[in-house]
Amino acid sequence: MFKGTHRTFIAYVEDKPGVLNRVTSVFRRRAYNIESLTVGRTHHAGVSRMTIVMEADDDSARRFVANLYKLVNVLYAEDTNSASTVERDLALIKVKTDSTSRPAVMQLCEAFRARVIDIGPEALIAEITGTDDKIEGLLEVLKPYGVLEMVRTGAVAMRRSAETPPIEHDAIFNGRSSQPPAEAPTS
Amino acid sequence: MSSTAIVGASGKRTGAQLIWETLVREGVQVAFGYPGGTIMPAYDAMPAYAIRHVLVRHEQGAAHMADGYARASGKVGVAVATSGPGSTNLVTGLATAMLDSVPIVAITGQVSSKLIGSDAFQETDITGVTLPITKHNYLVTSVDEIVPTLREAFYIAQSGRPGPVLVDITKDAQQASTEFVWDQNPVRLAGYRPDNRASRSDLEKAAELLAQAERPVIFVGHGVLRGQASSLVQELVEKTGIPVASTLLGLGGFPATHPLSLGMMGMHGEAWVNHAIQESDLILALGMRFDDRVTGNLKTYALGAKKIHVELDPAEVNKNVKVDLPLLGDVAETLRGLLPLVKSRQCKAWVDHIMTFKGASAVRDIQNLPPSGRLFAAHVIHDLWRITQGKALVVSDVGQHQMWEAQYYKHDYPRKLITSGGLGTMGFALPAALGAKMARPEDEVWVVAGDGGFQMTAAELSTCAQEDVKINIAIINNGFLGMVRQWQQFFFGGRYVATPMRSPDFVKLADAHGLKGFRVEKREDIEKTVAEARTTPGTVLIDFRVEQEDSVYPMVPAGADLHDMIRRPSPIVETAEEP
Repeated sequence: MFKGTHRTFIAYVEDKPGVLNRVTSVFRRRAYNIESLTVGRTHHAGVSRMTIVMEADDDSARRFVANLYKLVNVLYAEDTNSASTVERDLALIKVKTDSTSRPAVMQLCEAFRARVIDIGPEALIAEITGTDDKIEGLLEVLKPYGVLEMVRTGAVAMRRSAETPPIEHDAIFNGRSSQPPAEAPTS
Repeated sequence: MSSTAIVGASGKRTGAQLIWETLVREGVQVAFGYPGGTIMPAYDAMPAYAIRHVLVRHEQGAAHMADGYARASGKVGVAVATSGPGSTNLVTGLATAMLDSVPIVAITGQVSSKLIGSDAFQETDITGVTLPITKHNYLVTSVDEIVPTLREAFYIAQSGRPGPVLVDITKDAQQASTEFVWDQNPVRLAGYRPDNRASRSDLEKAAELLAQAERPVIFVGHGVLRGQASSLVQELVEKTGIPVASTLLGLGGFPATHPLSLGMMGMHGEAWVNHAIQESDLILALGMRFDDRVTGNLKTYALGAKKIHVELDPAEVNKNVKVDLPLLGDVAETLRGLLPLVKSRQCKAWVDHIMTFKGASAVRDIQNLPPSGRLFAAHVIHDLWRITQGKALVVSDVGQHQMWEAQYYKHDYPRKLITSGGLGTMGFALPAALGAKMARPEDEVWVVAGDGGFQMTAAELSTCAQEDVKINIAIINNGFLGMVRQWQQFFFGGRYVATPMRSPDFVKLADAHGLKGFRVEKREDIEKTVAEARTTPGTVLIDFRVEQEDSVYPMVPAGADLHDMIRRPSPIVETAEEP
């Protein structure tokens, strides 16, 4: 569908019933396919944060952010492509292991800095945190042993710099936030 | 932070009373609605408040009336319905208002909060249903949320790019009581920033582009009317001599009889307008969104033109057409900033060039051909325009007559045309006209509708009679779903599938409602019948029996290049004269 690359978006939203539905409705009606979406509370009361990963080219990314802004409950939205960010995803991988294969599997986990968090007679569970590449890398080497189950949280992202989105609680809730709307390209 | 103050008599109110209390304070004078189980507490409380209630015959009518009221008044229109089918019947009207950016607040009853999710009698998840067709919506389950939520709804509906807001209120919230508290402060919402303003440097860039262009065109859209920017557009045109093209919803934003007015652009725009756009080197688009009916094939659309887009909604910028310079903000405010920076200039050579196209087209126009004795829709619209001196408030429905209205009723004044542009909702005209008449009782209101669309909401004739309003209805009756028939003729091998339509005797239908009806079959009868309709008290219906297989020309087939038009057969009336 889209020829674009995977892009990560951050959105701060009001923590109210139905807000997730409103945000996902933006994808649904424009047929964007979500790679992952995570949502959770922030240190600001009443404010949740979403990290959304999807395929998008420059145009659809810009339009997506503009459409997020149209939602009354969205406080802030950004396409992190324009900023330097760190991104992490967490996966739990259950691998088929017995006493013979276990040392080799544990060695692989160690090489990928994955933690083994459960060991049973026929399987173990590894926990790995990192970028998509790193998780895919571990998965690839574990496959020959038999991956029984896997779960991923989806990516969460954060800017590197001390600069934070203008989401200061008081500013937001007294309407003083001056976040400009989606950048209007000029070229 | 925010101080609250109790205004007027304090004390306990029921949620039902709070609904009307808030509406009165928001300036609401008329509400269009239909009662039912879960909204009954609200209706029971209504008579104590100074709000006129119009009982509709179907909730779709309530939404369209609120829409017509809002477009005619510039204020927020209010529709009221019960839960379940009452609320789902609003859907078409809300979607219509959404696509045309019309401020409506729809209030619906909902089953009691403890029953929500139990598939109770007449329970529909209407906030879920209307999520994509409202600007915002709310489910209110507590009496304490009623006042602040309704205030937010009115604020959201009319600020920024306007749109419909639905507030779904449970029956128990209407029945419970609470202390009435009115917050004097303006509504502020954390995540909602409707105001954008173009920077000084961008305005300077725009002025520079306007000075350099050799073949500029100004586009007038709905945003010009909503932003009340018509006189500023005229000022800009007087200063620069740049010709003006209009979208369907922009008609009246610039006087149609002004020498620099080109007319409507797009699928049924006049040939000289579309050619001018394709040849232009600069487009200044004011409050419009480059809809596909306006652009045709985007790959070949105005390729030589730099585009300046004055637009309130950032999501519209570069949505359909890549623009060179977006100026975010209200049209009037942007023009006020731009005008002092614009250099005086003329565009005589360019305008003369366009006028040669126009001259060539004019000979094909039905108005310039000798009478054939047959009645064409264009005659009806032209004569209506002449007889009403172009001053009527016309509410058109959707289809061929809508395009003929746009072509032949020359709108010189803003807000004198109300029509469903974006959604193309058949059945819109009659209820919207009733709403418009409530907003502007001093205006002469004409419905122009086809025989098909009229029948979709014809039940509202009964509302017109009960409310004793004076509107005039012109049914352009060709016995077909004319626009679909036209497409069948052009693109489906002339197979008229499901388009011939047998209608009731409209004169008798009017009579059954206690209203006056007329039939016109000859052009010479138009004048006296229209004159009689205008002076007859109460709603009057005229059934104009027009040429059955006439088509709207020119026509850009859907998705074709804007300059690739099916032109008027030349000359159409001579063919019609053959026995």
